[in-house]
Amino acid sequence: MTETLIALYAFVLACFIGYYVIWGVTPSLHTPLLALTNAISGIVVVGALLVAGLAEAGPVATGMGFVAVLIASINVFGGFLVTHRMLSMFKKNKK
Amino acid sequence: MDFTLSANQQAVAYLVSAVLFIFALKGLTHPSTARRGNFLGMIGMALAIGATLLGAEVTSYGLIALAVLLGAPIGIYVALRIQMTAMPQLVAALHSFVGMAAVLVAIGTFLNRRAAGTLDAVLMGEISAGIVIGAITFTGSVIAFAKLQGIMSGAPIKFPGQHALNAAIAIATLLLAVHFAMTGALWSLILMTLLAFVLGGTLIIPIGGADMPVIISMLNSYSGWAAAATGFTLQNNLLIIVGALVGFAGAILSYIMCRAMNRSIINVVFGGFGTGEGGESSAGAQAAEKGVKSASVEDAVYWMEDAGKVIIIPGYGMAVAQAQHALKDLMELLEARGVEVKFAIHPVAGRMPGHMNVLLAEADIPYDHVLEMDEINPEFANTDVALVVGANDVVNPAAKSDKSSPIYGMPILEAGKARQVYFLKRSMRPGYSGVDNLLFYQDNTSLVFGDAKDTIEGMVTVLKGGGH
Repeated sequence: MTETLIALYAFVLACFIGYYVIWGVTPSLHTPLLALTNAISGIVVVGALLVAGLAEAGPVATGMGFVAVLIASINVFGGFLVTHRMLSMFKKNKK
Repeated sequence: MDFTLSANQQAVAYLVSAVLFIFALKGLTHPSTARRGNFLGMIGMALAIGATLLGAEVTSYGLIALAVLLGAPIGIYVALRIQMTAMPQLVAALHSFVGMAAVLVAIGTFLNRRAAGTLDAVLMGEISAGIVIGAITFTGSVIAFAKLQGIMSGAPIKFPGQHALNAAIAIATLLLAVHFAMTGALWSLILMTLLAFVLGGTLIIPIGGADMPVIISMLNSYSGWAAAATGFTLQNNLLIIVGALVGFAGAILSYIMCRAMNRSIINVVFGGFGTGEGGESSAGAQAAEKGVKSASVEDAVYWMEDAGKVIIIPGYGMAVAQAQHALKDLMELLEARGVEVKFAIHPVAGRMPGHMNVLLAEADIPYDHVLEMDEINPEFANTDVALVVGANDVVNPAAKSDKSSPIYGMPILEAGKARQVYFLKRSMRPGYSGVDNLLFYQDNTSLVFGDAKDTIEGMVTVLKGGGH
């Protein structure tokens, strides 16, 4: 089995997990869901690190990696923090 | 750095990270577990980044440190300062970043692999997918951001031949992608990238402001698929898994939003109804002409303070007027008089899924007072007062009774079944769909004209001032 096929396995199975997990999310938290998925799709930072961190890469590729790390880290830090801020507002009746 | 993770150790770390992300999303099943979920997500992210940095492939750290030092404070600053009413814009902006990062990573990978001489057709196909999906996500999200922020009009932009043009661009992009995968020509890569950026814009401009909940969800989905495509490019299973999770989150939200409007995704994407703007006019005069009753703030308070149960129905107008804090005061004063107060949320109320819930939570309204459409609809029949604050189409009975109405078949909040309906309105202009609201003309409905926030603050003053 080639690497690409293994990747396809992971992809298809993850789609099923996504389907069932997301249907379980309560509608009242749909905005935090969007913010949290913003944060975790910041996972492209991993790809960005690989491009930016290759010492022997040319200047154009390194520059692209640099910008990609920068904007992906806005997503990661901003996304998780704003999700936290929102979720902290959801309170049950104190009484 | 002398400590380096082996590829297998790194893969195990990625697996743990993927599981943590799944638990993070699972946490959103209930508000009580959601914060813990978010923390698990943070741990997963830290683990993934740490494992990548410690791996053999990352050998130069200076620029990475600089990029994070620049990016992190921006993210933190924005997250702390953003107004809850501006969340849709923020989400759109963050989607655009994912898209752009995916494009840059794909092109950067191409350049690095070309320099190393390790390109092949499969890889270049994957690179094309990353670029095209990422670029569409980027410009689409930028347009969505501009519409939400008011930089661009929320009105759909349409011109003859629009669909044909979009189809032509899409086909050209696809052909260039195939050409690039087969030849590795730089010019086809550049042209494909540019066309995909254009396509992201032309796909989103015909969609109106009121369809934003669907568009935001759709772009969320795209940003996930962009991450997954990047994962295929880099043979990185973590990116693939996370991309699939996010892709499905957006896809399911899009489906839920479309179902709540009784429209197909195709209809939303190509339809373009919903202008998001409308003219103000002399509300009172028009109201009298059309035979609707108007009521004063005092009338509404008189009915509400002796009621057994009041249901408040917020819509986008509440967000615009920033009336949520005043609503909290109203809720507390009514509750102090022994009135049961609940909030009813339609799935497409506001500009993004769950928008109203966040605004009410911001105003400290407990989430167990806030109910979804299916939960609350049976309760309207034994409700004394339904108070509609800045919502319109989502309570329009035409959706049930008028087969010729464009919103026919859309599930609605059955506010009209309450004994008395007070409709807070700035003017007589119809909702985003442009459809007249039949609820206005019902015998038990009265309209209270004015800015939603001022009106509710007026109610609060009356309740505080005079016990009847």
